[in-house]
Amino acid sequence: MSEKIIFTRTEGLKPAATTYCPGCGHGVAHRILAEAVAEAKALERTVAVAPVGCAVYGYDYWNFDTTEAAHGRTPAVATAIKRVLPDRLVICYQGDGDMASIGMAEIVHAANRGEKFTVIFINNANYGMTGGQMAPTTLIGQKTATTPYGRTSEEAGYPMKMAEFLAQLPGVKYAARGALHKPGLIRTAKSYIKRAFEIQEAKAGFSIVELLSICPANWGLSPLESVQKLEELMLPIYPLGLIKDEGPKKEGA
Amino acid sequence: MPAHFRVKVDPNLCKSCELCIAVCPKKIMVISDQKNDLGFRLALCTDHSACTGCMACALVCPDVAIEIIRTE
Amino acid sequence: MSQIVFAKGNEAMAEAAILAGCRYYFGYPITPQNEVPAYMSRRMPEVNGVFLQAESEVAAINMVFGAAVTGVRAMTSSSSPGISLKQEGISYMAGCELPGVIVNVVRGGPGLGSIAPAQSDYWQSTRGGGHGDYRTIVLAPHTVQELVELTMDAFDLADFYRNPVLILSDGLLGQMMESVVMPDPQERRKTGWLAGRELPPKTWALTGAKGRAPQLIRSLLMAPGELESHNLHLAEKYAAIEKNDAQAEIIGDPNPEIVLAAYGSSARLAKGALEILKAQGIRAALFRPITLWPFPTQALAKLAVKADRFLVVEMSMGQFIEDVQLAVAREKSLKQVRIELLARPGGGIPLPEEIAGRAREVLA
Ligand SMILES: Cc1ncc(C[n+]2csc(CCOP(=O)(O)OP(=O)(O)O)c2C)c(N)n1
Repeated sequence: MSEKIIFTRTEGLKPAATTYCPGCGHGVAHRILAEAVAEAKALERTVAVAPVGCAVYGYDYWNFDTTEAAHGRTPAVATAIKRVLPDRLVICYQGDGDMASIGMAEIVHAANRGEKFTVIFINNANYGMTGGQMAPTTLIGQKTATTPYGRTSEEAGYPMKMAEFLAQLPGVKYAARGALHKPGLIRTAKSYIKRAFEIQEAKAGFSIVELLSICPANWGLSPLESVQKLEELMLPIYPLGLIKDEGPKKEGA
Repeated sequence: MPAHFRVKVDPNLCKSCELCIAVCPKKIMVISDQKNDLGFRLALCTDHSACTGCMACALVCPDVAIEIIRTE
Repeated sequence: MSQIVFAKGNEAMAEAAILAGCRYYFGYPITPQNEVPAYMSRRMPEVNGVFLQAESEVAAINMVFGAAVTGVRAMTSSSSPGISLKQEGISYMAGCELPGVIVNVVRGGPGLGSIAPAQSDYWQSTRGGGHGDYRTIVLAPHTVQELVELTMDAFDLADFYRNPVLILSDGLLGQMMESVVMPDPQERRKTGWLAGRELPPKTWALTGAKGRAPQLIRSLLMAPGELESHNLHLAEKYAAIEKNDAQAEIIGDPNPEIVLAAYGSSARLAKGALEILKAQGIRAALFRPITLWPFPTQALAKLAVKADRFLVVEMSMGQFIEDVQLAVAREKSLKQVRIELLARPGGGIPLPEEIAGRAREVLA
């Protein structure tokens, strides 16, 4: 009789428990990101940038070099790291407040310059760390700490579709949107990250993977209710799938 | 002999989010009465003989608390 | 090997940075420092460096942060409004203990102000400017030659202390053409400011965790007591900088009846006033801080033993004078001395005759 562990913690993650709330999507996102880095055999040549937001603690969990960045300036920091170290795998991890609000200028210009790093963008439709305020990605009608009557387009505009928005820029060579709440979707999301890394390693240009995530604690729902809400309300606004792939063709494809 | 699978939940990591329970096609994951140090009741596989090793529970677990072991 | 060139302050400073080994420049256009990014955009490709015109000063300082994370020498330059935008990034660099050089070619404020030279960012520069308990080393050159030398020293100081260093230039210095001797940076390392001090290896830099455990760079310290002990560690470092690296030039009469106090361009003009006063038989000295932080308190306090009349000359509305008062107060009660202010804010320039005239009034 032989025993084989067919699923276990990747060496891309430190053996640490996260401080994230139960059900939080950052956990799965961290894991598939770390698996993708390990599978790219890049643990020793990765430099990641952790955003201000819940995922600032990424550096406690990822088993590779990581720096903090000021809120929203994550792509500026990643830009310089990649310019200095063009042969390293550079990862810019951002939340929706970090990217789509305070850091809109930095992300648009890094993307437009075609900076050769990969952005992992967690869209949980609100600001997690500060207690569930409205983000640019918040849905119309969604109640948050700062839209107690629900977001209205008159007052607060419309949900920003960052992956599609950035995909219009010629410097962007890869854009895809995945989700983190179902096994099949998680597999697909990971395949997006791996492809984004290929684009980066081929020095083709900018790559972004947007990942829809539940935020049960701030949505005021259980994790399972949150999954339902995500499917019901977020998927129609934020359709999943590949948006742009202008990287070099895959072998055999 | 057909393969058998074991679902091992790390009591230090599980946060009782129940995502594994919802995705299990065999409906063999439950929340037990056993609590960990953080006060979370632990997820548990009630019937290893029914497990097909699909890994759905492990894939959705945000806390990487689940290991799957295959025995042949 | 040293080299003599005739250059504009801004360009000479940029070349000095390159000679000092800076290969990463991130900037954004603003007068009166536009020669710096223009020069860097020409020169960096020639030395296999990177020039990047950032989308804003905010992005530029965070690019300096990112480059510093990898352990290389990086810099940015701007003028007052742009430096205001950089403050959060400078605070992060101080918190993360990252070296880097920031040049402020100061113009008049507040607000959009004017593009005329000014010294009105004294408080912003010496009191932190951004949030939190931190210090930046602030260097105040008064000639293009000194601007060049201090630029080289700035990179060494930044690396030695793992701290951002600010060079306070101004529109006069930046735009002025002077012939300068470009020092050999190796020579200067051996014989200059940091002579005899080894620059520590950058073992903390992030380049990928090859052959070592993964490292992290952060300023977020949430565990109980963690930030307090970090801040105490920073305070110790700052105390060492104050002890070892406060610099001033003191010239003029060794037994002065009046001390002129001025830095940067004001000090250059005050030197002219010293000549006039000397010719008129007045015993005057000039106290010129080269480091604004750490402030050369001891040097000024020593002068205060001899003199009890002071004329502070600044191109701002009474900012620098506060540090003069604090230093003099180490030796004498401020009631026993007379410290007067000659302030020319908003682009005004205090000419030597004006300074000498005011000095005579202070003595009268
Ligand atoms: C300059 C600045 N403004 C505001 C904050 C406060 N802040 C911390 S995290 C955050 C929002 C984070 O939200 P998001 O980027 O969506 O990430 P999440 O926490 O949801 O993962 C804000 C506003 C800050 N740290 N710095």
